[in-house]
Amino acid sequence: MTSDSIITCLFKTSLRHFDLDITLNIPGDGVTALFGPTGSGKTTVLRCIAGLHRAAFGHLVVNEEIWQDKNYFRPAYERAIGYVFQEASLFPHLNVKSNLLYSAGMTKKKDPQKFEQIINLLGLERYLSQFPNSLSGGEQQRVSIGRALLSDPKLLLMDEPLSALDKSKKSEIMPFLEILRDTLHLPMVYVSHDMDEIEQIADHLVLIDEGKIKASDLLSNIQSDPLLPLADSQNAAVSINGIVESYDGNYGIAKFKVEGGFLNVPTSPMNQGAMHRLNINANDVSLSLEYGNKSTIENLIPAIIVDFKSSNTSQITVVLNLGHELCGSKILARVTKRSWDRLGLSVSQAIYVQIKAVSLIRNKR
Amino acid sequence: MEPFISENIYAPIFLTLALAFLTTLILLIIGTPLAWWLARSKARWKDIVSALVIMPLVIPPTVLGFYLLILLGPDGPGGAFASLWGAKTLAFTFSGLLIGSVLYSMPFVVQPIRNAFEAIGERPFEVAATLRATPWRAFWTVAVPLASPGFLTGAILGFAHTLGEFGVVLMIGGNIPGKTKVLSVAIFDYVEMGEWRLAHILAAGMIMFSFCVVLLMNSLEKYFRRQI
Repeated sequence: MTSDSIITCLFKTSLRHFDLDITLNIPGDGVTALFGPTGSGKTTVLRCIAGLHRAAFGHLVVNEEIWQDKNYFRPAYERAIGYVFQEASLFPHLNVKSNLLYSAGMTKKKDPQKFEQIINLLGLERYLSQFPNSLSGGEQQRVSIGRALLSDPKLLLMDEPLSALDKSKKSEIMPFLEILRDTLHLPMVYVSHDMDEIEQIADHLVLIDEGKIKASDLLSNIQSDPLLPLADSQNAAVSINGIVESYDGNYGIAKFKVEGGFLNVPTSPMNQGAMHRLNINANDVSLSLEYGNKSTIENLIPAIIVDFKSSNTSQITVVLNLGHELCGSKILARVTKRSWDRLGLSVSQAIYVQIKAVSLIRNKR
Repeated sequence: MEPFISENIYAPIFLTLALAFLTTLILLIIGTPLAWWLARSKARWKDIVSALVIMPLVIPPTVLGFYLLILLGPDGPGGAFASLWGAKTLAFTFSGLLIGSVLYSMPFVVQPIRNAFEAIGERPFEVAATLRATPWRAFWTVAVPLASPGFLTGAILGFAHTLGEFGVVLMIGGNIPGKTKVLSVAIFDYVEMGEWRLAHILAAGMIMFSFCVVLLMNSLEKYFRRQI
């Protein structure tokens, strides 16, 4: 973990098909995603943190406050969390404004400025007097996110908030989540089984399977760890952050600075200095022994081979460190075993990577 | 009895309305926590309590009335209770009628409220808890408004059912004009005495009233459902 944890937890409880047994530290900034197959216990972890599920054995410390130990269980309504459920679960008898202000009615704390900020961030102004059943699924989920945020949480828990929505509704909500992440500085725990969502939103990733934690680290570290299943998957990719260095308006190409080099990405105009998330798929990366610019490939960067793993009989997944120093971003390349042997590649060898495509994950700031 | 007819016809009407109103009020007050407990508790003996609440639906009113007579009478706990203020018995009093009506109409009030609570499910209460609502506040801000159609149905059914009560009342209340003589007993008396005109007035009034109650209930329920 790169930053101080605000949550340390240990939960043991038996679920229907297996026992949940996890010990977890969650950092105090950014988005920590709990990722795993359906039924792996990730939602239960979230419910244990929220106090909606009481683990048979649990220890939970949030912001140096004990929320659960052997003899103590702080009830959900005394925990400073915001919880976004899979379904919007708005109160049907209250209009949007009353839904948003429900927690204010409970705590008697009114903050008109915060209310304005949240409804502006989520674009809720024009729905305030409507009732939930007149809103679309995506609009309802936006209201429920706003409602959770207005309870003045110190921690936002989201349980697959997009999974009940169709694809177009998902892409309607995702930008709002990114804005929240970037403007509110509120630690979030985000449960999902969808890697696309995680690539967009997560900073830290926790892999959960059958009630156990398989890994917990920075997103890109887990994506590029050859011993973990993500690097082995068909769509193996690494998400890294890049800062816009310059923008070539003639060709519509932005030059991003990343750890260990620069990446050129065709895109609409961008402001210098803006940070964006870039996704590099292992299948779009090839390796070369020498620097040649007689190619249509936009990105040719020096790199060092740090690790590799045979994915199957014919393919190898190679972990690369961008730049000449071993502190650059790590990315993955998928190459054939035959070309690996033909070029005589090995670990710690300096080579060049050709990146055919970098996809930009939209991030409005 | 002839000279009293003009007064007599109103006395049972007011008595019955008062009885039905108080019965409904008491049932809403004690029936709500009972319905909540029946809807949410996981206790094993919940089924037994549930069966007891529903019982008055199936046992003959005279049977219920007979045992109530014993319980409320001078030798039962009702009599002991009545001795606190110097009376001998709760039977043949308005209080006794009220106790009988509350028991007799209980399923009609508790069941609809219980069903409405059960229909809410767990989720709204989890949401309320994550929004800092204590269980008590969640009950008033989430459970009660969401179950309002059930409260309405329960109140109207309880009221209407108490209006038509006969067997229990006759057993424990008897037929004391102005004290325990309710509408249905009055109708019975008029028929017995051959006063068909007066019986008609009360009976037709009851039919019209019942029709209005059902009509009102339907339209109110529709209104509430649209709200939710």
